[in-house]
Amino acid sequence: MTDRTQPEFDSYTGTQTTGHEWDGIRELNTPLPRWWLWIFYATIVWSIGYWIVYPSWPLVASYTTGTFGWHSREAIVSDLAALKAQRGPLMDKLGAASAAEIASDPQLLDFARALGRPAFGDNCAPCHGPGGGGAKGYPNLNDDEWLWGGKLDDIEATIRHGIRSADPKTRLGSMPAFGRDNIMKRPEIEAAADHVLSMAGLPVGANANLTLGKQVFAAQCASCHGDDGKGKREVGAPNVTDSIWLYGADRAAIVDGIWNGRGAVMPAWAGRLDDTTIKALTVYVHTLGGGER
Amino acid sequence: MTTPRGAGSEPESVAAAPKARLVAVNDTTQFDEPDDDTPLYVPRRKIYPQRVTGTYRRIKWIVLLVTLGIYYGLPFVRWDRGPNAPGQAVLVDFPGSRFYFFFIELWPQEVYYFTGLLILAAMALFLMNAVAGRVWCGYLCPQTVWTDLFLAVERLVEGDRREHMRRDAGPWTAERLARAGVKHFLWLMIAWWTGGAWVLYFADAPTLVRDLATFQAPLIAYGWIGILTVTTYFLAGHLREQVCLYMCPWPRIQAALTDEHALNVTYRYDRGEPRNSLKKSEALRAKGEPVGDCIDCNQCVYVCPTGVDIRQGASLGCIQCGLCIDACDTVMAKIGRPARLIAYDTDLNIHRRQQGQPQRFDIVRMRTVLYAAVIAIVGGVMLYALATRTSESIAVIHDRNPMFVRLSDGAIRNAYTVRIVNKQLMSREFTLVVSGLPGATVEIAGAPPRADGRLMLAVGPDQTREFRVLVTSRSGALPPSVPVGFHIYDPATGERADTNNHFRGP
Repeated sequence: MTDRTQPEFDSYTGTQTTGHEWDGIRELNTPLPRWWLWIFYATIVWSIGYWIVYPSWPLVASYTTGTFGWHSREAIVSDLAALKAQRGPLMDKLGAASAAEIASDPQLLDFARALGRPAFGDNCAPCHGPGGGGAKGYPNLNDDEWLWGGKLDDIEATIRHGIRSADPKTRLGSMPAFGRDNIMKRPEIEAAADHVLSMAGLPVGANANLTLGKQVFAAQCASCHGDDGKGKREVGAPNVTDSIWLYGADRAAIVDGIWNGRGAVMPAWAGRLDDTTIKALTVYVHTLGGGER
Repeated sequence: MTTPRGAGSEPESVAAAPKARLVAVNDTTQFDEPDDDTPLYVPRRKIYPQRVTGTYRRIKWIVLLVTLGIYYGLPFVRWDRGPNAPGQAVLVDFPGSRFYFFFIELWPQEVYYFTGLLILAAMALFLMNAVAGRVWCGYLCPQTVWTDLFLAVERLVEGDRREHMRRDAGPWTAERLARAGVKHFLWLMIAWWTGGAWVLYFADAPTLVRDLATFQAPLIAYGWIGILTVTTYFLAGHLREQVCLYMCPWPRIQAALTDEHALNVTYRYDRGEPRNSLKKSEALRAKGEPVGDCIDCNQCVYVCPTGVDIRQGASLGCIQCGLCIDACDTVMAKIGRPARLIAYDTDLNIHRRQQGQPQRFDIVRMRTVLYAAVIAIVGGVMLYALATRTSESIAVIHDRNPMFVRLSDGAIRNAYTVRIVNKQLMSREFTLVVSGLPGATVEIAGAPPRADGRLMLAVGPDQTREFRVLVTSRSGALPPSVPVGFHIYDPATGERADTNNHFRGP
């Protein structure tokens, strides 16, 4: 160690050293300027200001709230209000327009789709999938088959009042449980299923009784699904001759449907969602791909 | 100590000089008792830079006028872009998320151009440094320019070095108070104007000036003016050389980047030493004894804005503004000695002259060539990118859920989100064509095809627009994934943009 009583000067720069030495390298003493110190003190004072104006210290049951009364929840509320104000004019326009008017106005259409997408994700996606792709029992909203109609008004009515919901204007129609309720015998049901398969162009077993099937279909099924099996939208009866099968395109699924009946439900969204959101959802679903004109 | 290398090296003659000469800028020994308790913090040594005239002072005035002229005036330069874009030549439009620079308009996704600019700026800084040291620090740095302006105001109001020092040493008279008041008022006015000019780059300048004057401007504008007024006032008026000494990283980097060939503001001690007073020099010269041209008049120290003594060699505190050259030249002219005892020179040349060898000025050397080459390459790439920049582009995202949809007649349909960018300042319509799937039908949700069957995508001026495009194939068996192309054409100009995607099936 160097003798600490004697200040040591670097022979090269003439600067005083701290007296510390590591492997022959000595540390020069280059102190910070005094204004730096004052700025450091100022930042401490500033931090005390933070304690006073913002929530800071935890208390036994609460905390110091600060003189500004700042609260992160209120910050979000004001942010949302600002967003609402920013969207205001377009929202008003959207609220005043009918779904058909929206679809014909490019600006409103873009806005409604942008508004409808997150609303769909929040409310519809749990059953219909994030892109409206559906699942077994939950219709795919991208295709061109609609149980209750695919025009803008049809879609809006379905969203508003639901299917087999508690809403007084809900869409109603039921597929009876022909087997379970002893309306038909098993051979009749199997024959009807074989007839449906043949109408849909699907392979039918060799020992299928298509003659009986046709008779049973005409007697029991045609009142809702039609003589030609193309379905009837007033009662939500699907077309059983096309390629789209909500519960599967195999014989077992069809027999199961006839035996146990079908009756999927959808909640009514009127009252839960505001009119503008329902309108935006209508337009969004309509433009997913299957919308009818 | 035979070959000095780097900016930190000391001239030999000075290194051999007595300790008393070696007073560094931040040397604490002159303020504190040399005892065990070395100070943790040093008080500020006030610097009173003296007025000076000469070549480099003139250059600095010109640079100051040009740079500040650009800074204060540029927001008011108009540039007609038509009705759909602002008419300000240089504008950072945050609400519209656009940057306008004369004929260039950049979108947020093109901010990478600034990466190129930053590389160019760094390389230009390195090149300047390799050629002539701290040119940036001495002439171009905003801290230097504004400090120079503030010092000029200070000298105007409080007098030159001697007068100012004398008054500062005396009591607070009414006159001293008045002068200080006027100075700080003028400083604040300049600082306020500086902050005011800054906000004009972010909104239409004439409108904003009117709004500011009538207190109609947004609060944020006043806030930024306030912040920049305070920072300018303190940095240029009060902190001055402290910024260079303690805050700025460039002096440290610069010292590591320089080499022995870079020109620096240099005291030519081969000519200056041994230094004596003027009288003694003349007496020695009359006797024919060796005598240097430096008469130790300290004019070079008095004019220095950072308070260093250039005769100690290049240092961290020396911003190489060249004012000591002007000061010394004035003295040399008075005493009838040749000019440029202090000049842009190198230690290497001093040694060569001392050894009777010719001087060398190697401006063209490996590092200057490399820096220049990088500047040329990066600049070339940027120019190419700018020249070939298209005014339209297309991006396509395939629907993820569902990947494909089976329609009632068995056809397979894929849905895509297509985003079209129109960078032109007028509305445009693009024809959309999807290739790779013969016989497929293409629909745009919400935009029925024209009578002639063409699909037109209308995009507003300087905007992007998203479309939902449905592609349906009825051709039966397809592989699980077919590559498809999306193409847009502007029928008016023939300009096009393309991208690729896939058509998925079961």
